[in-house]
Amino acid sequence: MSVADKIIAIIAEQAFLEPKDVKPDATLEQLGIDSMALVECIFAIEECFDVQVPFNANDPAASQFDISSIQSIIDAVEALIAAQKT
Amino acid sequence: MNRVVITGQGTINALGMSVPETLDAMSNGVCAIGPLAFDNVDRLNIQIGGQIKGYVPQDHFNRSQISLYDPFTQFAVIAAQEAIAQSGLDFTKELAMQTGVVLGTAGGGLQTQDNNYRTVYQDGKNRVHPFVVPRLMNNAAVSHIAMIHGLQGPSFTVASACASSNHAMGQAYHMIRSGMARVMVTGGSESMLCFGGIKAWEGLRVMSPDGCRPFCATRNGMVQGEGAAVFVFEDYENAKARGAEILAEVIGFAMTSDASDIVMPNRKGAANAMRLALRDAGVGPDDVGYINAHGTATAMNDKVETAAIRDALGAAADRVMVSSTKAMHGHLIGGTGAVELLAAIAAVKDGMIAPTINHTKTDPDCDLDVVPNIARQEKVKVALSNAFAFGGLNAVVALKST
Repeated sequence: MSVADKIIAIIAEQAFLEPKDVKPDATLEQLGIDSMALVECIFAIEECFDVQVPFNANDPAASQFDISSIQSIIDAVEALIAAQKT
Repeated sequence: MNRVVITGQGTINALGMSVPETLDAMSNGVCAIGPLAFDNVDRLNIQIGGQIKGYVPQDHFNRSQISLYDPFTQFAVIAAQEAIAQSGLDFTKELAMQTGVVLGTAGGGLQTQDNNYRTVYQDGKNRVHPFVVPRLMNNAAVSHIAMIHGLQGPSFTVASACASSNHAMGQAYHMIRSGMARVMVTGGSESMLCFGGIKAWEGLRVMSPDGCRPFCATRNGMVQGEGAAVFVFEDYENAKARGAEILAEVIGFAMTSDASDIVMPNRKGAANAMRLALRDAGVGPDDVGYINAHGTATAMNDKVETAAIRDALGAAADRVMVSSTKAMHGHLIGGTGAVELLAAIAAVKDGMIAPTINHTKTDPDCDLDVVPNIARQEKVKVALSNAFAFGGLNAVVALKST
């Protein structure tokens, strides 16, 4: 499973959707992911990839972790994984 | 002052998954105490308890709820569902504003704490699930019941160890009596049956390794249980106006503090709580037909409680039936007063007097009619339900048949 597939699987589980219904251009809001589900997604991503996601629930916009779409989350996680390897 | 009646009751505990199942088990003197089953139980000296058998969270809750509800919340939500359904109440916008939730618990989300301490200390992990705090907080059960049913009145959680539920129900009673609320959802919940929960109690050396035998000469300590019981307390005028079935009337409540010892029971404090409950209820010792005793089956509690009942009731103590249902369902700590109120309600409503099971040898220090081993059918007008907590905090509820 690729990084993108794993992230889509995590988000799909939280959104009670099939992975095929989680499109990269979708927003969390469109998928019905509320703030509680979002922190569960971030926890699952951290557990899955063993990374530390820089996300602050007090001010998501100020975090260095772009959650504006599924693709942006995939890009951000890939960057975290790459940074960890160097 | 408003009169307060009970129009709904619900429970899940080792004796049953509902009130009918529990009362059926109580009337048959069923013992639900057995071997405990959870991680690391082999490292415990005490390996018995009143664990709810066959409980599958997925039968009651969806995945999001399970990730957010500690077992003590799950038990409370299940019990509240049964109680509110029985009451037949329709929480209109106006009534919802005048309905609150007050529950007792001692350990709250103890299993959540236990599991996550294991994760960070034993497994050495540096990351915990995001819902640890909302799961473990002692008011989680109250808040989830309020959210599910839209109840927006006075709501909070009471913690006074083994008297938590009685204190909670006392608060609910006073709120309706004073007019602060019209309906209160009240009772208590506990889920301490996990490695850390039992290990902590082992330290005190008050637990029995082989069974709970209240008031019996062979008693050797308490046995823990788990679960919840929740009731709908309602303004009598409200219940009457809508033609609701009234299970019992709450006629009095009293609480005292021993101000003497952090673990030892105190005869005077316990006796005063019963005396004041009778005074609050406006009834005398001769009116009392049944007392649901605290009856933990420790050497001290049962002896001191017997003496306190004699002090409070005088000559009437020779005629009153006294039983401890803990021998059947175990000691639910913060939830125990709630589950035991089911027995007090059954006494005044149906004349079903739950027995004190496992009674094999009379103790001269416990010389009351403890309804040994076999339930009785007898008409009772007034019943008391005792709860005496560590820390010397006593709370007694008085009920009357309607």
